[in-house]
Amino acid sequence: MSAPPLTSVGRSRPRPAWHVATVVETRRETPTAARLTLEVPTWPGSEAGSHVDVRLTAPDGYQASRSYSIVSSTPEAQVVLAVDEQPDGEVSPFLVHEMRPGDQLELHGPLGAFFVWRPGESDRPVQLVAGGSGVVPLYAMAAAHGTADDDAPFRLLYSVRTPADVFFADELAALTGPAFSLDLVYTREAPDGWPDAVGRLTRETLAARTLPAARQPRVYVCGSTGFVETVARWLQELGHPATAIHTERFGGL
Amino acid sequence: MTDHLDGNVLAGALSEVFTTDVTAARARCGGCGRMSAIAEAMVYTSAPGLVARCAGCDQVLATIVDAGDRLILSLAGLSAIELRR
Repeated sequence: MSAPPLTSVGRSRPRPAWHVATVVETRRETPTAARLTLEVPTWPGSEAGSHVDVRLTAPDGYQASRSYSIVSSTPEAQVVLAVDEQPDGEVSPFLVHEMRPGDQLELHGPLGAFFVWRPGESDRPVQLVAGGSGVVPLYAMAAAHGTADDDAPFRLLYSVRTPADVFFADELAALTGPAFSLDLVYTREAPDGWPDAVGRLTRETLAARTLPAARQPRVYVCGSTGFVETVARWLQELGHPATAIHTERFGGL
Repeated sequence: MTDHLDGNVLAGALSEVFTTDVTAARARCGGCGRMSAIAEAMVYTSAPGLVARCAGCDQVLATIVDAGDRLILSLAGLSAIELRR
Protein backbone atom coordinates (compact mmCIF):
# COMPACT_ATOMS: atom_id res chain seq x y z
CA MET A 1 0.00 0.00 0.00
CA SER A 2 1.45 3.31 -0.99
CA ALA A 3 1.18 6.45 1.06
CA PRO A 4 -1.37 8.99 -0.10
CA PRO A 5 0.10 11.92 -2.02
CA LEU A 6 0.76 15.05 -0.03
CA THR A 7 -1.95 17.26 -1.47
CA SER A 8 -2.46 19.53 1.52
CA VAL A 9 -1.90 23.07 0.31
CA GLY A 10 -0.68 24.00 3.77
CA ARG A 11 2.21 21.58 3.52
CA SER A 12 3.26 22.55 0.06
CA ARG A 13 3.13 26.27 0.75
CA PRO A 14 6.56 27.84 0.46
CA ARG A 15 8.16 28.92 3.72
CA PRO A 16 8.52 32.68 4.05
CA ALA A 17 12.07 33.94 3.86
CA TRP A 18 13.98 37.14 3.28
CA HIS A 19 14.83 37.79 -0.37
CA VAL A 20 16.88 40.42 -2.16
CA ALA A 21 14.87 41.93 -5.02
CA THR A 22 16.17 44.05 -7.88
CA VAL A 23 13.89 46.53 -9.60
CA VAL A 24 13.49 45.65 -13.29
CA GLU A 25 10.78 48.09 -14.26
CA THR A 26 8.63 50.73 -12.62
CA ARG A 27 5.66 52.37 -14.25
CA ARG A 28 2.62 54.44 -13.41
CA GLU A 29 -0.42 52.38 -12.49
CA THR A 30 -2.67 55.32 -11.57
CA PRO A 31 -1.95 59.00 -10.77
CA THR A 32 -1.02 57.92 -7.20
CA ALA A 33 0.30 54.38 -7.70
CA ALA A 34 3.21 52.59 -9.34
CA ARG A 35 3.62 49.03 -10.59
CA LEU A 36 7.01 47.58 -9.67
CA THR A 37 8.42 44.55 -11.43
CA LEU A 38 11.12 42.95 -9.29
CA GLU A 39 13.64 40.25 -10.13
CA VAL A 40 13.89 37.80 -7.23
CA PRO A 41 16.01 34.74 -8.14
CA THR A 42 15.29 32.99 -4.81
CA TRP A 43 11.50 33.53 -4.91
CA PRO A 44 9.57 30.27 -4.26
CA GLY A 45 6.27 31.35 -5.85
CA SER A 46 3.13 32.52 -4.09
CA GLU A 47 -0.61 31.97 -3.77
CA ALA A 48 -3.06 34.53 -5.16
CA GLY A 49 -3.87 37.11 -2.49
CA SER A 50 -0.68 36.74 -0.48
CA HIS A 51 1.62 39.60 0.40
CA VAL A 52 5.21 40.55 1.17
CA ASP A 53 6.74 42.76 3.82
CA VAL A 54 9.05 45.28 2.15
CA ARG A 55 11.90 46.57 4.35
CA LEU A 56 13.76 49.75 3.64
CA THR A 57 16.97 50.67 5.46
CA ALA A 58 18.11 54.30 5.61
CA PRO A 59 21.82 55.21 5.47
CA ASP A 60 21.77 55.76 9.27
CA GLY A 61 20.43 52.25 9.83
CA TYR A 62 16.80 53.21 10.51
CA GLN A 63 14.47 50.54 9.15
CA ALA A 64 10.83 50.68 8.13
CA SER A 65 8.73 47.83 6.83
CA ARG A 66 5.22 47.66 5.32
CA SER A 67 3.05 44.94 3.80
CA TYR A 68 2.12 44.99 0.11
CA SER A 69 -0.07 42.58 -1.82
CA ILE A 70 1.50 40.63 -4.66
CA VAL A 71 0.02 41.25 -8.12
CA SER A 72 1.68 38.18 -9.61
CA SER A 73 4.85 36.18 -9.20
CA THR A 74 6.88 33.59 -11.04
CA PRO A 75 9.03 31.14 -9.07
CA GLU A 76 12.77 31.88 -9.21
CA ALA A 77 12.10 34.91 -11.38
CA GLN A 78 9.77 37.85 -10.83
CA VAL A 79 7.47 39.44 -8.27
CA VAL A 80 5.12 42.24 -9.35
CA LEU A 81 3.78 44.72 -6.76
CA ALA A 82 1.35 47.63 -7.19
CA VAL A 83 1.87 50.30 -4.53
CA ASP A 84 -0.48 53.22 -3.85
CA GLU A 85 1.11 56.24 -2.23
CA GLN A 86 -0.09 57.01 1.29
CA PRO A 87 0.45 60.79 1.60
CA ASP A 88 1.96 60.58 5.10
CA GLY A 89 3.52 57.18 4.53
CA GLU A 90 7.08 56.23 5.40
CA VAL A 91 7.58 53.56 2.75
CA SER A 92 5.05 53.98 -0.08
CA PRO A 93 6.16 57.47 -1.29
CA PHE A 94 9.68 56.08 -1.66
CA LEU A 95 8.48 53.01 -3.57
CA VAL A 96 6.21 55.07 -5.86
CA HIS A 97 8.60 57.93 -6.64
CA GLU A 98 12.18 56.93 -5.97
CA MET A 99 12.65 53.38 -7.21
CA ARG A 100 14.67 52.99 -10.42
CA PRO A 101 15.72 49.92 -12.41
CA GLY A 102 18.70 48.32 -10.68
CA ASP A 103 17.70 49.48 -7.18
CA GLN A 104 17.50 46.75 -4.54
CA LEU A 105 14.89 46.02 -1.88
CA GLU A 106 14.49 43.45 0.89
CA LEU A 107 11.32 41.34 0.72
CA HIS A 108 9.97 38.95 3.35
CA GLY A 109 7.52 36.47 1.95
CA PRO A 110 5.38 35.01 0.61
CA LEU A 111 3.09 35.81 3.56
CA GLY A 112 -0.51 35.12 4.47
CA ALA A 113 -2.58 31.92 4.39
CA PHE A 114 -5.94 33.50 5.24
CA PHE A 115 -6.65 36.02 2.49
CA VAL A 116 -5.74 33.73 -0.42
CA TRP A 117 -7.61 31.96 -3.20
CA ARG A 118 -6.55 28.48 -4.29
CA PRO A 119 -7.74 26.92 -7.55
CA GLY A 120 -9.89 23.83 -7.17
CA GLU A 121 -10.50 24.37 -3.47
CA SER A 122 -14.26 24.88 -3.77
CA ASP A 123 -17.09 24.82 -6.34
CA ARG A 124 -18.81 27.78 -4.70
CA PRO A 125 -18.83 31.07 -6.64
CA VAL A 126 -16.51 33.86 -5.51
CA GLN A 127 -17.48 37.48 -4.92
CA LEU A 128 -14.67 40.00 -4.65
CA VAL A 129 -15.28 43.50 -3.20
CA ALA A 130 -12.51 46.09 -3.59
CA GLY A 131 -12.12 49.60 -2.27
CA GLY A 132 -9.42 51.61 -4.09
CA SER A 133 -6.00 49.95 -4.02
CA GLY A 134 -7.58 47.05 -2.12
CA VAL A 135 -8.16 45.65 -5.58
CA VAL A 136 -4.55 44.40 -5.79
CA PRO A 137 -4.92 41.00 -4.06
CA LEU A 138 -8.40 40.58 -5.57
CA TYR A 139 -7.05 41.17 -9.07
CA ALA A 140 -4.37 38.57 -8.27
CA MET A 141 -7.14 36.08 -7.43
CA ALA A 142 -9.15 36.92 -10.58
CA ALA A 143 -6.05 36.60 -12.76
CA ALA A 144 -5.11 33.27 -11.14
CA HIS A 145 -8.67 32.08 -11.67
CA GLY A 146 -8.42 33.14 -15.33
CA THR A 147 -5.46 30.84 -15.94
CA ALA A 148 -6.59 27.96 -13.69
CA ASP A 149 -8.82 25.05 -14.54
CA ASP A 150 -11.50 26.18 -12.09
CA ASP A 151 -15.13 26.63 -13.06
CA ALA A 152 -16.31 28.64 -10.04
CA PRO A 153 -17.82 31.92 -11.31
CA PHE A 154 -16.03 35.09 -10.17
CA ARG A 155 -17.49 38.57 -9.77
CA LEU A 156 -15.66 41.74 -8.71
CA LEU A 157 -17.32 44.86 -7.34
CA TYR A 158 -14.72 47.62 -7.45
CA SER A 159 -15.30 50.97 -5.75
CA VAL A 160 -12.91 53.58 -7.12
CA ARG A 161 -12.66 57.38 -7.12
CA THR A 162 -12.36 58.15 -10.85
CA PRO A 163 -11.70 56.28 -14.12
CA ALA A 164 -8.02 57.28 -13.94
CA ASP A 165 -7.70 55.60 -10.53
CA VAL A 166 -8.67 52.14 -11.80
CA PHE A 167 -5.82 49.67 -11.26
CA PHE A 168 -5.27 47.00 -13.97
CA ALA A 169 -7.92 48.57 -16.24
CA ASP A 170 -6.76 46.73 -19.38
CA GLU A 171 -6.17 43.43 -17.57
CA LEU A 172 -9.59 43.49 -15.91
CA ALA A 173 -11.27 44.24 -19.24
CA ALA A 174 -9.41 41.30 -20.80
CA LEU A 175 -10.50 38.93 -18.00
CA THR A 176 -14.18 39.82 -18.37
CA GLY A 177 -16.20 36.97 -19.83
CA PRO A 178 -18.48 34.09 -18.88
CA ALA A 179 -16.42 33.19 -15.78
CA PHE A 180 -15.61 36.72 -14.57
CA SER A 181 -17.72 39.86 -14.39
CA LEU A 182 -16.72 43.33 -13.25
CA ASP A 183 -18.95 45.96 -11.64
CA LEU A 184 -17.45 49.42 -11.13
CA VAL A 185 -18.72 52.02 -8.69
CA TYR A 186 -17.24 55.51 -9.15
CA THR A 187 -17.21 57.56 -5.98
CA ARG A 188 -16.12 60.98 -7.35
CA GLU A 189 -16.14 61.07 -11.14
CA ALA A 190 -17.41 58.68 -13.79
CA PRO A 191 -16.82 58.40 -17.55
CA ASP A 192 -19.12 60.44 -19.80
CA GLY A 193 -22.50 58.79 -20.16
CA TRP A 194 -22.03 56.52 -17.12
CA PRO A 195 -25.55 55.30 -16.28
CA ASP A 196 -25.17 54.95 -12.51
CA ALA A 197 -25.07 57.54 -9.76
CA VAL A 198 -21.61 58.76 -8.72
CA GLY A 199 -20.95 58.50 -5.01
CA ARG A 200 -19.97 56.24 -2.17
CA LEU A 201 -20.93 52.60 -2.32
CA THR A 202 -24.29 52.04 -0.64
CA ARG A 203 -25.85 48.95 0.83
CA GLU A 204 -28.42 48.99 -1.98
CA THR A 205 -25.72 48.99 -4.67
CA LEU A 206 -23.79 46.29 -2.83
CA ALA A 207 -26.94 44.14 -2.77
CA ALA A 208 -27.71 44.79 -6.45
CA ARG A 209 -24.19 44.25 -7.80
CA THR A 210 -22.96 41.23 -5.89
CA LEU A 211 -23.82 37.54 -5.84
CA PRO A 212 -26.78 36.99 -3.48
CA ALA A 213 -26.28 35.07 -0.24
CA ALA A 214 -28.58 32.35 -1.64
CA ARG A 215 -25.79 31.35 -4.06
CA GLN A 216 -23.46 30.83 -1.08
CA PRO A 217 -20.50 32.73 -2.51
CA ARG A 218 -17.15 32.89 -0.78
CA VAL A 219 -16.56 36.63 -0.36
CA TYR A 220 -13.23 38.46 -0.21
CA VAL A 221 -13.23 42.13 0.81
CA CYS A 222 -10.13 44.35 0.71
CA GLY A 223 -9.79 48.10 1.15
CA SER A 224 -9.35 50.77 3.78
CA THR A 225 -10.36 49.75 7.29
CA GLY A 226 -13.53 51.85 7.18
CA PHE A 227 -14.55 50.43 3.80
CA VAL A 228 -13.94 46.82 4.82
CA GLU A 229 -15.81 47.08 8.10
CA THR A 230 -18.81 48.80 6.49
CA VAL A 231 -19.00 46.30 3.63
CA ALA A 232 -18.53 43.29 5.91
CA ARG A 233 -21.37 44.49 8.13
CA TRP A 234 -23.68 45.05 5.13
CA LEU A 235 -22.82 41.62 3.73
CA GLN A 236 -23.88 40.01 7.00
CA GLU A 237 -27.09 42.06 7.00
CA LEU A 238 -27.70 40.74 3.46
CA GLY A 239 -27.50 37.19 4.77
CA HIS A 240 -23.90 36.17 4.14
CA PRO A 241 -22.54 34.15 7.08
CA ALA A 242 -19.48 35.65 8.78
CA THR A 243 -17.51 32.49 8.00
CA ALA A 244 -17.97 33.11 4.24
CA ILE A 245 -16.50 36.62 4.43
CA HIS A 246 -12.72 37.04 4.25
CA THR A 247 -11.36 40.50 4.95
CA GLU A 248 -8.08 42.37 4.61
CA ARG A 249 -7.66 45.97 5.79
CA PHE A 250 -4.89 48.33 4.77
CA GLY A 251 -5.73 51.09 7.24
CA GLY A 252 -6.00 54.59 5.86
CA LEU A 253 -8.88 57.01 5.78
CA MET B 1 -12.21 54.22 14.55
CA THR B 2 -10.11 53.26 11.57
CA ASP B 3 -6.61 53.40 13.00
CA HIS B 4 -6.18 49.65 12.99
CA LEU B 5 -5.25 46.96 10.50
CA ASP B 6 -6.02 43.27 10.89
CA GLY B 7 -4.24 40.04 11.68
CA ASN B 8 -3.17 39.44 8.07
CA VAL B 9 -0.37 41.90 8.77
CA LEU B 10 1.05 39.63 11.50
CA ALA B 11 2.07 36.92 9.01
CA GLY B 12 5.63 38.17 8.63
CA ALA B 13 6.43 38.57 12.32
CA LEU B 14 4.73 35.31 13.35
CA SER B 15 6.56 33.38 10.63
CA GLU B 16 9.71 33.90 12.70
CA VAL B 17 8.11 31.93 15.55
CA PHE B 18 5.78 29.33 14.02
CA THR B 19 6.70 26.77 11.37
CA THR B 20 3.43 27.29 9.45
CA ASP B 21 1.48 30.44 8.68
CA VAL B 22 -0.83 30.85 11.66
CA THR B 23 -2.85 33.84 10.43
CA ALA B 24 -5.44 31.41 9.02
CA ALA B 25 -5.46 29.38 12.28
CA ARG B 26 -8.37 29.87 14.63
CA ALA B 27 -7.65 31.05 18.14
CA ARG B 28 -9.74 31.49 21.27
CA CYS B 29 -9.90 34.83 23.04
CA GLY B 30 -9.04 34.45 26.71
CA GLY B 31 -11.46 37.26 27.51
CA CYS B 32 -14.77 36.42 25.79
CA GLY B 33 -14.08 32.93 24.44
CA ARG B 34 -14.68 33.93 20.82
CA MET B 35 -13.03 31.62 18.26
CA SER B 36 -11.84 33.35 15.11
CA ALA B 37 -8.97 33.35 12.66
CA ILE B 38 -5.93 35.27 13.84
CA ALA B 39 -6.24 37.23 10.56
CA GLU B 40 -9.53 38.63 11.85
CA ALA B 41 -8.05 40.24 14.96
CA MET B 42 -7.75 44.03 15.02
CA VAL B 43 -4.09 45.01 14.88
CA TYR B 44 -2.75 48.35 16.07
CA THR B 45 0.62 49.38 14.73
CA SER B 46 1.05 52.79 16.38
CA ALA B 47 2.55 51.38 19.58
CA PRO B 48 6.25 50.43 19.64
CA GLY B 49 5.28 47.02 18.33
CA LEU B 50 2.17 45.27 17.10
CA VAL B 51 -0.88 44.87 19.33
CA ALA B 52 -3.60 42.39 18.32
CA ARG B 53 -7.01 42.79 19.93
CA CYS B 54 -10.12 40.60 19.84
CA ALA B 55 -12.66 41.86 17.28
CA GLY B 56 -15.40 40.79 19.67
CA CYS B 57 -14.40 42.22 23.05
CA ASP B 58 -11.25 44.31 22.45
CA GLN B 59 -9.11 42.18 24.77
CA VAL B 60 -5.39 42.30 23.97
CA LEU B 61 -4.69 38.89 22.43
CA ALA B 62 -1.05 39.24 21.48
CA THR B 63 1.79 41.72 21.32
CA ILE B 64 4.88 41.52 19.15
CA VAL B 65 7.87 43.78 19.67
CA ASP B 66 10.70 43.76 17.15
CA ALA B 67 13.77 44.88 19.08
CA GLY B 68 16.36 44.39 16.37
CA ASP B 69 18.28 41.33 17.46
CA ARG B 70 15.36 40.13 19.61
CA LEU B 71 11.66 39.49 19.02
CA ILE B 72 9.39 39.61 22.06
CA LEU B 73 6.08 37.79 21.61
CA SER B 74 3.25 37.66 24.13
CA LEU B 75 0.22 35.45 23.51
CA ALA B 76 -1.10 36.02 27.03
CA GLY B 77 -4.59 37.03 25.89
CA LEU B 78 -5.22 33.82 23.93
CA SER B 79 -6.38 30.64 25.61
CA ALA B 80 -5.86 28.35 22.60
CA ILE B 81 -4.66 28.21 19.00
CA GLU B 82 -5.94 25.51 16.63
CA LEU B 83 -3.21 24.46 14.20
CA ARG B 84 -4.16 22.33 11.21
CA ARG B 85 -1.78 19.48 10.44
